[in-house]
Amino acid sequence: MNEFLKLHIVKWFEKGKRYDGRSLDEFRPVVVEYGVTKNAEGSARVKIGDTEVIAGVKLSVEKPYPDTPKDGNLMVGAELLPLSSPDYEAGPPNEESIEVARVVDRGLRESKAIDTKKLCLIEGEKVWMIAIDICTINSDGNLLDAAALAAVAAVQDARFPEYDGKVVNYKKLTDKKLPIARLPLSITVMKIGDYLFVDPSIEEEKVVDSRLTVALAQDGKICAMQKGGDAPVAIDDIGRMIELATVKAAELMARLKR
Amino acid sequence: MGYDKRVDGRKPDELRPIVAKAGVIKRADGSAMFQIGNTVAYAAVYGPRDMFPRFLQNPQRGTLRVRYNMMPFSGAGDRVKPGGSRRSKEISMVTEKALLPVLNLEDFPNAVVDVFIELPQTDAGTRCAGICAASIALADAGLSMKDMVSSVSVGKVGSMIAVDLNYAEESYEEGDVADIPVAFIPRTGHVSLLQMDGLIDKESLKRALEMGRKACARIYEIQKKALKERFASSVEVNSTDGNNK
Repeated sequence: MNEFLKLHIVKWFEKGKRYDGRSLDEFRPVVVEYGVTKNAEGSARVKIGDTEVIAGVKLSVEKPYPDTPKDGNLMVGAELLPLSSPDYEAGPPNEESIEVARVVDRGLRESKAIDTKKLCLIEGEKVWMIAIDICTINSDGNLLDAAALAAVAAVQDARFPEYDGKVVNYKKLTDKKLPIARLPLSITVMKIGDYLFVDPSIEEEKVVDSRLTVALAQDGKICAMQKGGDAPVAIDDIGRMIELATVKAAELMARLKR
Repeated sequence: MGYDKRVDGRKPDELRPIVAKAGVIKRADGSAMFQIGNTVAYAAVYGPRDMFPRFLQNPQRGTLRVRYNMMPFSGAGDRVKPGGSRRSKEISMVTEKALLPVLNLEDFPNAVVDVFIELPQTDAGTRCAGICAASIALADAGLSMKDMVSSVSVGKVGSMIAVDLNYAEESYEEGDVADIPVAFIPRTGHVSLLQMDGLIDKESLKRALEMGRKACARIYEIQKKALKERFASSVEVNSTDGNNK
């Protein structure tokens, strides 16, 4: 069945189009909304076409990890909720949700998006922990990019709650934002045959040969990558994929609040 | 000691503002969003579909399977650990029992109807909001039903009998609080969910339940309106969009 789907998709590619009318390097409409849930310290909703995810930030005061006593903690979780797709099941995180969480995590961590030194309260004792959770509402292709975008937007939206040295008062948010140093964005470039394209529909995702997720910092430096799909890729292809990702990252960056 | 004015200025029998929308999750067979005050519930229905693992299949009738879940960032205090708790398991179960009486599952032996309820934002009354959303979603999925189910919490805060308690009222400390989530099948007036915690006298309980029945009648109208709006607009949607449900 997938073979026929693939033939169909490639036939359109030959005409420079996708079967839904888009060109190969065209995203579906992207919408970012800030502050979508009141109990989180920061939150955002991202829609890419019919794909919809919500990311929320919860802040708490915890003990730092022993190897980084002066740094705050960062944690990214992704829940591919069974509500959002007939293909997802309830239960512990599976490979797909762990990949989404880890790829988003690496993009944020390795770009040094958040200045974790500024999250230290008492060295070796107390630091702020930033927990970012991404939940899917409708899973209709390109979750990786939607999740990464939502996570960054939620971090932008977050405010510290009041903290008196003992208890965090979640009812009172201060005006203080998280120490954001730069914003990373992830773009996943898909490959079928020799064709490269972005923002796959769920059908295109099913038949893709390979994909490369590239996380880029604002200055154009690459901060994380993840190759997926069953087929190997040539070094030249990697170069082309990164070029396409760079162009698209600049486009998505324009959707974010400055 | 007296609680004579509600924290948000509502009358005792006044519901928080409600927004209901059907068909909000495209990949689901049926879906809905139900917001009451600051509590937001999404519900998605998948099925009737094959039941796995197979030993759970019932050859007599289809099975209703509900999963209630709070998103990690939805609560007023600490992060809610993902993966379910004793509380969410119990709520899933009572929600299942609340919805079951209106479904005709004997038409679908061996199959399962999955209902997933997710809460991105909570301020008390989450199971009731979940039930309201799930009812709309089941109807949106086109399942044959005897009726919808409408649900609200009622209770007593200090000396006041009130409907649709918010979190501040649930945690009122200067007097007794009774929190009673109820669900009604509006056409018959039967109760399909009843839980309670707190303290209340028998006379007040009767009055609270009656108040709940009337409030549910209002919620019922909002649920029906959400469905009507959905199917008023879906005529155009379906004509341009053949590949998805």
